[in-house]
Amino acid sequence: MKRRRPQIKQRDGGRRRFFYWLLSGAVLAATGAGGHDAALGAAADLDPLLRELGSTDTDKVRLAVTALADKGDVAALPALEALNDDNLKVAPDGAVYLFDAKERVLKHPLTGATVVPEPANLRGAETNNEIRRVLEPVLAQLKLGAADPRIRLAAAEELAKGGGASATPLLRKALAAEADSGVKEALSLAVARIDLTSEDPAKRIGALQILKQLGKGTIKGEIESLLKNERDPQVKAAANAALGSMRTREFFVSAIGHVLYGLSLASVFLFAALGLAITFGVMGVINMAHGEMLTIGAYTTYAVQVFFQKHFPGAINFYLVAAIPLAFAVATLAGVALERGVIRFLYGRPLETLLATWGISLCIIQTVRLFFGASNVAVANPSWLAGGYEVASGLVLSYSRIGVVVFVIIAALFVWLLLQKTTLGLQLRAVTQNRSMAACMGINTRRVDMLTFGLGSGIAGLGGVALSQLGNVGPELGQSYILDSFMVVVLGGVGRIAGTIGAALGLGIIQKLMEPSVGAVLGKIAVLSFIILFIQRRPQGMFPVKGRIEA
Amino acid sequence: MPNAVTASLSQVHSRRGWIILVLVTAALTGGVAALNRAVPATSSLHVPDYLIPLLGKFICFGIVALAMDLIWGYAGILSLGHGLFFALGGYAMGMYLMRSIAGEGVYRSELPDFMVFLDWKELPWFWYGFSNFHFALFMAMAVPGALAFVFGYLTFRSRIRGVYLSIVTQALTYAAMLLFFRNNTGFGGNNGLTDFKRMLGYPLHDPSVRVTLFVISGLVLFATYVACRFIVGSKYGRTMTAIRDSELRVRFCGYDTTTHKLFVWTFSAVLCGLAGALYVPQVGIINPSEMQPSNSIEMAIWVAVGGRASLVGGILGAWLINGAKSWLTVAFPSAWLYFLGALFILVTLFLPQGLVGIRAFFSRTTKR
Repeated sequence: MKRRRPQIKQRDGGRRRFFYWLLSGAVLAATGAGGHDAALGAAADLDPLLRELGSTDTDKVRLAVTALADKGDVAALPALEALNDDNLKVAPDGAVYLFDAKERVLKHPLTGATVVPEPANLRGAETNNEIRRVLEPVLAQLKLGAADPRIRLAAAEELAKGGGASATPLLRKALAAEADSGVKEALSLAVARIDLTSEDPAKRIGALQILKQLGKGTIKGEIESLLKNERDPQVKAAANAALGSMRTREFFVSAIGHVLYGLSLASVFLFAALGLAITFGVMGVINMAHGEMLTIGAYTTYAVQVFFQKHFPGAINFYLVAAIPLAFAVATLAGVALERGVIRFLYGRPLETLLATWGISLCIIQTVRLFFGASNVAVANPSWLAGGYEVASGLVLSYSRIGVVVFVIIAALFVWLLLQKTTLGLQLRAVTQNRSMAACMGINTRRVDMLTFGLGSGIAGLGGVALSQLGNVGPELGQSYILDSFMVVVLGGVGRIAGTIGAALGLGIIQKLMEPSVGAVLGKIAVLSFIILFIQRRPQGMFPVKGRIEA
Repeated sequence: MPNAVTASLSQVHSRRGWIILVLVTAALTGGVAALNRAVPATSSLHVPDYLIPLLGKFICFGIVALAMDLIWGYAGILSLGHGLFFALGGYAMGMYLMRSIAGEGVYRSELPDFMVFLDWKELPWFWYGFSNFHFALFMAMAVPGALAFVFGYLTFRSRIRGVYLSIVTQALTYAAMLLFFRNNTGFGGNNGLTDFKRMLGYPLHDPSVRVTLFVISGLVLFATYVACRFIVGSKYGRTMTAIRDSELRVRFCGYDTTTHKLFVWTFSAVLCGLAGALYVPQVGIINPSEMQPSNSIEMAIWVAVGGRASLVGGILGAWLINGAKSWLTVAFPSAWLYFLGALFILVTLFLPQGLVGIRAFFSRTTKR
């Protein structure tokens, strides 16, 4: 679950923040040096040391840095950071100032107030690698005392990565004082990592137990290398236990991730296959140009986005609201035109329809290339679909994927309602079951055909909108999904919505689940072999229509 | 015995038909060869060397068209995956050509260059034997045949027909393409097999070798045609045509339709493999893009344009479209896809019989 961190007000700046820093610095630096210093007295105390930072003598600077570290006063942090970033300026009188590169002003190193007028003849404080070497751990150490939990977290992570044993007492103290659970976790991770290399087996075991609880996969390598050189059987057992629990956790996290990714892939399949299944059910026609309806939908989205950028840049976040109905409309029109222009002349000749629609798909691809260029175009997610949701550590599910899943659920519901609750749906189902009987009952089958084709294409157009949110949009976009959606239709059975949904879910999730273990290609081949074998058992798909089969 | 031979000969064609057939074959193969070798380069009748492999390619496509026509035109099975069988035959021949120059590649290794590149130390087991030409030629037909047999057995037995079957064949070639694109599969990844030098000791870039290959292809096309003609005219072929028109009725009459379809399907795949094996030494490369579904679908349109259920029509269609492709992709690169697309649409809409049926089309319209 997403971890919520307590939000401490950080941006009310100035003096209040300064005091806060001092207080937390005091807690941290319980070594005694600055612990009981009066708040303002500390500033006066720091000033000479800060001046030393501006010295041209490397040794003096180094001593000043270590002295500041010993004081453990967070107030010195801005100056030290500036030194590290080459933003510390020294006036001729030896006073140091911070140069804010963003606002291009000078600031006071302790209060952070802007200095006006700027002193003349400033020079940059000198740093070299020797100073930086001393500086970096000190920075991390001081940051651990910062008020902002995010800064503390970053510092803890920094120390966990490269901290030597020297940092342990510091980390332990910070850990004891820490209230924020996120930072606490990072700190205990850092401590445990350092303890792993300790001489004392008990400490190592303790560290391993902590690591086991934390379950972070990143330190697996360290535990493995520890295991190689370890002699103590107890430590070995603990290491194995920690590794085992990490692996289980990793396995579950990745499995959940793959299922979720599979869901979003399945949604795209479903978008493409829904229309295909309906048209195939009603007309017995496989529309090879169906993939191009996805392309048309995606490019409509792109065009709407460009239009909004030009004419309504303020409303750019809502271009999808316009793109969805428009993509549906454009694809529907294209589908109706296709049916009226070509397919209706080919009824009863399904194989020829296959070829003719393939020809149409070639023409559409080439037209898209002529108008939009052969290279991919970028469709940006609106800001409310950008970003993601952290399901578990190391697994982020982007909002756009969630959005696509929600979108396809709505679309499938819409199709289901249309089929079950409207006259057109009733007629459509009647034609699917028995065309000539339906015609005898006075259903205008030609009209139903046209509308069905339009509907199927329109749904694919919606699929194009969804695809444009997931990746790049190119002329061959539809081609890459069409074969999979054929497979979905074959597996799900003709004209069966439930079968289509089941098959799309199954294929999408199986494909994603197999990818990590056998690779995308072999996974696809396995899926295909599975389909061929599956049809052996159930030639009518997953949910066959009961009753007589028309020959 | 001679009587039996004449009987089966006359079953294939009338005496006049045979004469025409032999004359056309001789004129095409011998004529092109003579125009290339004997006529001086300055003459306008001279066929330049670079055209020979191109024409040879067309001949190979003619064999493929026959194979397609056999299953689609006569048996009513529209395969959208025949490019796979063609490519498999090509790969088998390509493997021989790679093995035949062992030690002469860029890396001077006993292994083909791409294996050296992938740092493989040993020849994978499925490459064994391919240094032998006869084995490779056999495999070029046996592998597609075996694959087609297994696939056909599974699909025909479960009575997958029509568009279902077309889609599944398309998926088959697509899956194979993905497989061959992988470097680890062991067939050179997306570069495929290329840099061939010799075949049976003859240098492939030599013009006379090229002409010989062309003539051999022409003769194979001739033999294929005769074989297809024989099948189509036999009782077996008649049953096949009946299956196309109504499979259920044929089955109810007591025929085993599955076996009939399986035989013609496998035979057609073997022909494609043979065509692929002839194609690769002339073109000089084989890679997984030959397995693209679009290639296989183009094969169907050759037959549709030429005329289904007419063996000559299929061959003509293949030549016509590939000729147009060679010309248009150079002269009007962006128009080619439009042309091909329009061809798919117009032929299916207005010329269901293909070019062979154009006469019937006109006589019908004039009668109205």
